[in-house]
Amino acid sequence: MAVLGRSNPVLVAGKYLAIAAYVAFALFPLYWLVKIAVTPDRLIYTEGTRYWPSAATWDNFRAVLASDFLRFFGNSVTVSLSTAAITAVIAAGGGYAFSRFEFRGKRGVVALLLLTQMFPLLMIIAPIYRIVSGLGLLNTLPSLIVVYTAFNIPFAIFLMQSFFDGIPKDLEEAAMMDGCTRMQALRKVILPLTLPGLGATLGFVFTAAWSEILFALMLIRDEDRMTFPVGLLNFVSKFSVDWGQMMAAGVLALIPSCLFFAFIQRYLVQGLTSGAVKG
Amino acid sequence: MARIEMNGIGKAYGRVEVLRDVDLVVNDGEFVVLVGPSGCGKSTLLRMIAGLEPITLGTLSIGGRLMNEVPPRDRDIAMVFQSYALYPHMTVARNMGFPMEIARRSKSERAGPVARAAEVLGLQSLLERYPRALSGGQRQRVAMGRAIVREPAAFLFDEPLSNLDAALRVEMRLEIARLHRRIGATTVYVTHDQVEAMTLADRIVVMNGGRIQQIGTPMELYERPANRFVAGFIGSPTMNMVEGTPVPGGLRLADGTVWPAPAGATTMGIRPESLSLTPSALPGLAAELQVVERLGSDTNLYCETRGNGVLLARVQGNLDLGAGARVTLWPDPARLHAFDAKGERCG
Ligand SMILES: Nc1ncnc2c1ncn2[C@@H]1O[C@H](COP(=O)(O)OP(=O)(O)OP(=O)(O)O)[C@@H](O)[C@H]1O
Ligand SMILES: [Mg+2]
Repeated sequence: MAVLGRSNPVLVAGKYLAIAAYVAFALFPLYWLVKIAVTPDRLIYTEGTRYWPSAATWDNFRAVLASDFLRFFGNSVTVSLSTAAITAVIAAGGGYAFSRFEFRGKRGVVALLLLTQMFPLLMIIAPIYRIVSGLGLLNTLPSLIVVYTAFNIPFAIFLMQSFFDGIPKDLEEAAMMDGCTRMQALRKVILPLTLPGLGATLGFVFTAAWSEILFALMLIRDEDRMTFPVGLLNFVSKFSVDWGQMMAAGVLALIPSCLFFAFIQRYLVQGLTSGAVKG
Repeated sequence: MARIEMNGIGKAYGRVEVLRDVDLVVNDGEFVVLVGPSGCGKSTLLRMIAGLEPITLGTLSIGGRLMNEVPPRDRDIAMVFQSYALYPHMTVARNMGFPMEIARRSKSERAGPVARAAEVLGLQSLLERYPRALSGGQRQRVAMGRAIVREPAAFLFDEPLSNLDAALRVEMRLEIARLHRRIGATTVYVTHDQVEAMTLADRIVVMNGGRIQQIGTPMELYERPANRFVAGFIGSPTMNMVEGTPVPGGLRLADGTVWPAPAGATTMGIRPESLSLTPSALPGLAAELQVVERLGSDTNLYCETRGNGVLLARVQGNLDLGAGARVTLWPDPARLHAFDAKGERCG
């Protein structure tokens, strides 16, 4: 940006305009979500295409908070946080091993990990269902945690590996020369530098688990163990859709993701390793 | 302080042999420089001393203790990396105190040595900075600071100056020499800059293709290179090589000139400064000047000889000769180097 600042003002303006246009495009659905959430029921169809309803209300939010929604919400938080945490730990270990060690069968394991990413989920729902039922986990939150973790691990490992690859090997060796064991070098030097990677992985897995619906629908039957995306379907009854409440629930569902990213965003800042090597 | 002893060291990656039969003793307090062309195994040897690379063959001992299987952290050796390898998330002070931090020394115990090292290296005003806010030369100093703070038994340097610009390199070279004189610790230093090697070393180890070619003081290598490789590698500009056919008592060059040489010699080496335009005891070579480089203090003459290729003569002073001039080159008889067909020194 520093370089851009001194260049042609027309180009700069054009660039910001393009960014603004993109942001507007990307955020418009969110805006629409909020707009419908605050529209009173009676105006939903009559003022359907206005940019802001003539009257706004919190009624939809009140109704949602009074319903089972909070429980779905809690279930989703449990499942997503656990999935993100477990996946991040495993992916950190796996990514480190792939990045730093040569071992027999490494290529085979990589190939297998890639293979798991090739099948459409729909194809493996039935076998997964049978496995989960065989484990006696049907209709429990751990079933979702296990399945989500399994499906997110390959990508998460590759993601973490690329972050470890970005940390010069010299740093680790310097730490070992300075008296560290490999574990100490990992903890005191490598781990602090991998925080952006861990943040990105956590964020990625968290959002993936948060919005997953296919397995949540298949593996959970009881109302009080449903996750939030499945719960959303409750607003669709046989004869009508309660748009206002559904959108209100949707807005509430954005909160944890926003909080989560607000929390990890400082770790996502790039350039943490700058200054490590060369001049 | 410690003496480093290598006996029959070899290294192979799978079936690729990169080092072979390395016998080297670095005496207590000695400054030894490893030089050689890229890929000859200098870094590998250094990393084996450090413990970062397993030893395939032979034994390594430091201070009389066998070190083959000892992990790097227990070798009491500090290493300065070519990339500096500063910890980016730590301040300069913490970087320099890190070895002591790991050794569980308290903050107050660390403060003294860090401050002293900072003073020696002129880093006092930078202690609270992060590495990203330092220049290349400053990073280099911090890396050296981290090495000296813990007072190790030996120092290892892997091309520490190669990322710096020419002026800074000269400055840091002096700094390293000063530091070594002050601390006097056993040091192994890798470089492929022969000026660094000549100026810093007590002894130089010339390597090529994974083998040691010669070990000696800078002047020994310069004055009595053990083979053609060392002769060509040490000295700048490089030594002239003239091929010939052995005749009784000497070597007949392509233009018929006969120079005295020990039996078996097939090549004569003459350093550019050992060729002059004033007659000597040996027959001279007729030549025509191709290029004249005036350096002020010296003049480089590139001379096309009859059948003996282009020879470089370096004469003192600012010579008033132009390209195309006909000259005779006279070798200094005391400074001829003779090599046999295998490239080994003879006589
Ligand atoms: N992991 C490895 N596997 C196979 N060969 C290797 C490996 N690491 C290094 N080598 C080989 O070992 C040889 C010596 O490498 P080394 O890094 O010691 O060279 P060097 O003398 O330090 O060169 P430079 O001056 O370029 O740093 C090289 O030919 C290199 O290709
Ligand atoms: Mg090297």
